[in-house]
This record gives sequence, structure tokens and C-alpha cells, in this order.
Amino acid sequence: MEREILDRLVRDRAEKRAVMLATRLTDGIQKLVYPSDKSEETWLIKAVSEVQSSDKAAVVAGPDGEWFLNPFNPPLRLILIGAVHIAQPLARMGALAGYDVTVVDPRTSFASEARFPDMTLVTDWPDEAMAALAPDARTAIVTLTHDPKLDDPALVAALRSPAFYIGALGSKKTHAARVARLTEAGFTAEEIARIHGPVGLAIGAKSPAEIAISIMAQITETLRK
Amino acid sequence: MTDPATNHDQVLEEAARWRAEGHKVALATVIETWGSAPRPVGSQLAIRDDSEFVGSVSGGCIEGDVVTRALDTLATGKPEIVEYGVSDAMAWQVGLACGGRIRVMVEPVSG
Repeated sequence: MEREILDRLVRDRAEKRAVMLATRLTDGIQKLVYPSDKSEETWLIKAVSEVQSSDKAAVVAGPDGEWFLNPFNPPLRLILIGAVHIAQPLARMGALAGYDVTVVDPRTSFASEARFPDMTLVTDWPDEAMAALAPDARTAIVTLTHDPKLDDPALVAALRSPAFYIGALGSKKTHAARVARLTEAGFTAEEIARIHGPVGLAIGAKSPAEIAISIMAQITETLRK
Repeated sequence: MTDPATNHDQVLEEAARWRAEGHKVALATVIETWGSAPRPVGSQLAIRDDSEFVGSVSGGCIEGDVVTRALDTLATGKPEIVEYGVSDAMAWQVGLACGGRIRVMVEPVSG
């Protein structure tokens, strides 16, 4: 790999730009191809677009031999509503698992740099924050505040988004009340069923870190299975 | 977060940093897998000229051999494709204990 390509690839990753590293296996010739790129040969543009959307690297047959296509998509995103105790280990675990983590909480005493070092903190109200974050199909959303004033607007936005995972902390009783409120707000049972509540895999988690593990495990299961 | 211990997903970033520091650097990438393979296609390992490495192309089964080959490519300047199959633990042969087979591209960072 030429150093120039490595440096550009690193810059694209830092700036969260989707890019494909294409390598011709017969001679090691390499180039970076961007989704918007129209100047490449037609077969390569088509193969790149297929591999990019699958997010899985692959060897493809080209007219001039085998090419290895390695997609570098922007990281998956994890949005946490509520800068509460559970959010502290969950944000760190999410970052370790490769997610770009954003913690949303308008209560600045909770959403503080001291409590969440090196994390992206948003102190807007959840409805505004969610509108700005515009969750896509590569986003997971977890509400953690226990406060309907904060959780509900985020869940409404989450249900209207293609987010691959939606979780809401709270007991069965809390969740039943939440389902009733969302039904009232006009969501169908099928739509509401997208919400994992009570959140997390049932592993008997007690401490905030253990609950974070159960949530992270459920997000992973939803993503990969 | 530039500490390699917390930087396991930052293989290319680490490679670029090593290169900027004046090291010679090689990259190894899983390009194909068959059967039970420990790391998916696209997984990478960056190797520094003093044998320091970050990332992985297997569960630790073949990294030793890949590092040696990576150092060779730094000398020759030419990329290489290596295939690893099932290991024979008794014969101390390099391979994959899990029974899978993988193809790895090893390449120097040039220029």
C-alpha cells in the first residue's frame, strides 16, 4: 500500500466518510473508491456499491483479474438518552465495541465532561437532539432516564427512524405504561414492538456495569443475528 | 486514544502513526475465509519494522508467521498472498486450530 493511500484512508475514517479500498490481487495495485465516484469503470462501481452496502469485505472477479474490496464505512452509532449511572459504563462499552457514542441529557449536572470524559455530550432536549442526530439504519438508541418527559420524545423519534435497535430501560410495569402512552400517541402494536423493554438480555444483571453488558449484548445480538 | 492497548480497532491509524514516526510498516489483511475462521474478511494486522504489531488476522494462531512474512515484504517491497489451513499441533506447523482456512494479503507500506 502506498503511504499516500494509507494517509487518505485514515483521514476518511477520521472524517467519517465511507470509502472502499480496492486491491487487484494479481499485482497489488490499489485505489480508493468513493460511493459518489462515477469516473471508475462500470463493473467496479457496481461491485463497490454492493460490497459497501453489505458492509462485508469480499473478493470479486473483474475483467482484469480478482479484486479485493474492503469497505470502510463510518462507525455504527449508539445514542444514549440519559447521562445516568448506567450510561457511564454503557458509553465506554459501546466505544470499545466500535460505536460512535452520543449521550443526550438536557440536565447538565448529569451530562458533564467529568462524568463522561472523551464522550460526545448533547444537552439539547431529546426531540431536538434526535432531529439533529437523524438516526439511520446503522444506529442503536437506548433510553435510560426513567423520566417519560425525556424518554418519550426520544422513543417517538426512534420509532419514526430506521434505527436497527431501540431499547428502553424500565421494569415491566414501567414498560406497560410506556406502551399505553405510545399507543395513545398513535403508534401501532407492531411499531411499539420494535422497542426492547425491559431492555437488555436476561442475565440477572444487577450493577450498572452488568446492566450495560446485558444491553450491549442485546444490541450485538440484534445487529449480528 | 493513541495507546495501542485501547486502540485495537485503530489498526490503520496506528500504522499511519508508526509510518509518520519514521518506522517501516507492513499491513496484513484477511481477504478470504473458508469454514470456521476466527476473524472476518477485511480484518487487519499492522506490523512495525521492530516486530511490534496491532490488530489481528486470526485468534493468535498465525500472527507469528504473518509478522515474519511482513518483515520479509519490507525487505523485498513486494506484496504477498499467503494461505493458511488446518494446523497440526503435534508437528508445530503454523495453521488454524479451528479447522478453517484463510487467505491473507501481506503488503509493505511504500513511499
